Amino acid sequence: MIRLVLVSAALMLLLAVTVVAAHLPLGPAKPWIAYGIAFAKATLILWFFMEMRSEGATARLAMVAAGVWLLMMLTLTAADYLTRSWIGG
Amino acid sequence: MPEQRALHEPFHQPARQREADRLGMIVFLASEAMLFGGLFAAAMALRLLHPVEYVAASGHLKLWLGTANTAILLTSSLMAAVAVEAARSGSPRLAGWSLGSAIILALLFLGIKGYEYLGEYREGLVPGLANAHFGTRTQQLFMNFYFVSTGLHGVHVMVGIGLLGVSALSRAAREDRAAVLIGNAALYWHLVDIIWLFLYPTLYLPGVS
Repeated sequence: MIRLVLVSAALMLLLAVTVVAAHLPLGPAKPWIAYGIAFAKATLILWFFMEMRSEGATARLAMVAAGVWLLMMLTLTAADYLTRSWIGG
Repeated sequence: MPEQRALHEPFHQPARQREADRLGMIVFLASEAMLFGGLFAAAMALRLLHPVEYVAASGHLKLWLGTANTAILLTSSLMAAVAVEAARSGSPRLAGWSLGSAIILALLFLGIKGYEYLGEYREGLVPGLANAHFGTRTQQLFMNFYFVSTGLHGVHVMVGIGLLGVSALSRAAREDRAAVLIGNAALYWHLVDIIWLFLYPTLYLPGVS
C-alpha cells in the first residue's frame, strides 16, 4: 500500500515537472520532454499499478507487443511526413 | 497469496487460470491502445505538416483544466490500485471505499471536461456548429481531433465508471481474495488513465508559451 502511495507521489511530481517544463523556453526539445515525461508516467502505471512487475513473460510480451506496433505505426507515419519536402512535393 | 477462487474448465491449475485471465485483459487493452494510436498518428501528422498553426490552436485550450483532470485521473488510478490490494488482503470495506473514491474522481473528471466543452462552445471552437469560427484550417482540424479524441476517451471513462461501479456494488467481488473482477476493472481504468497521459501533451502542452 505504501509503495502505491509513493508511486502516486512520483506521478504527481512528474506532472508538476511537465507543467513547469512547458513554460520554459526549451525550443524544439519541448515535445520530446513532454512525451518523455508522459512515457515515464505510463511506465510507472504499467509497472506498479498494472502489476507488470509481478506478471509472467506472456503478459509482458503482450504489453510490449502493443508498444512495438504503436512505435512502428508512428515511426513510419513520421517518416512519410518528415521526408516529403526532400522530393519537393 | 492464497488463491481461493474456483477453477473453471478447461483449467486444472489456479495459476494457469489466473494467467489466462490477465492475458485476455491485456490483449484487449493492447487493442484499445491501437485504437487510440491511430488518433495519435493523425495528430502527429497534423503537427508535422503545420507545426506553427498546431501550437497556436493548442493555445486556445485551458491548460489548467487539462492539468487538473490529469491529477484527478492519476489519483483515481491510485484508488483503483488500492482497491485491488485491499481486496487481496481481505479488507472488502476498504476495497469498496477505494472504488467509490475512484468513481467520484472519475465523475469529477467528466464534470470538468463538460465545463471545458461548454467554454469551447461559447468561444465558437466547436466544429460544425453555427457559431464556429477558426483562425486557420489547422485549428479547425485540431479542434476536430480534440473533440474526437477526448470524446472517445470520455466514453471510455464512462465504461470505466460502469466497471468500477459493478465491482464496488458486488459483495462477491469485494470479498474475492484473488480480486479477479476488481483487478480487471482496475486494469481497464489504468489504461484509460495512460491514454489521457498522452492526450495531455498532445492537446494542452504544445500551446503553452
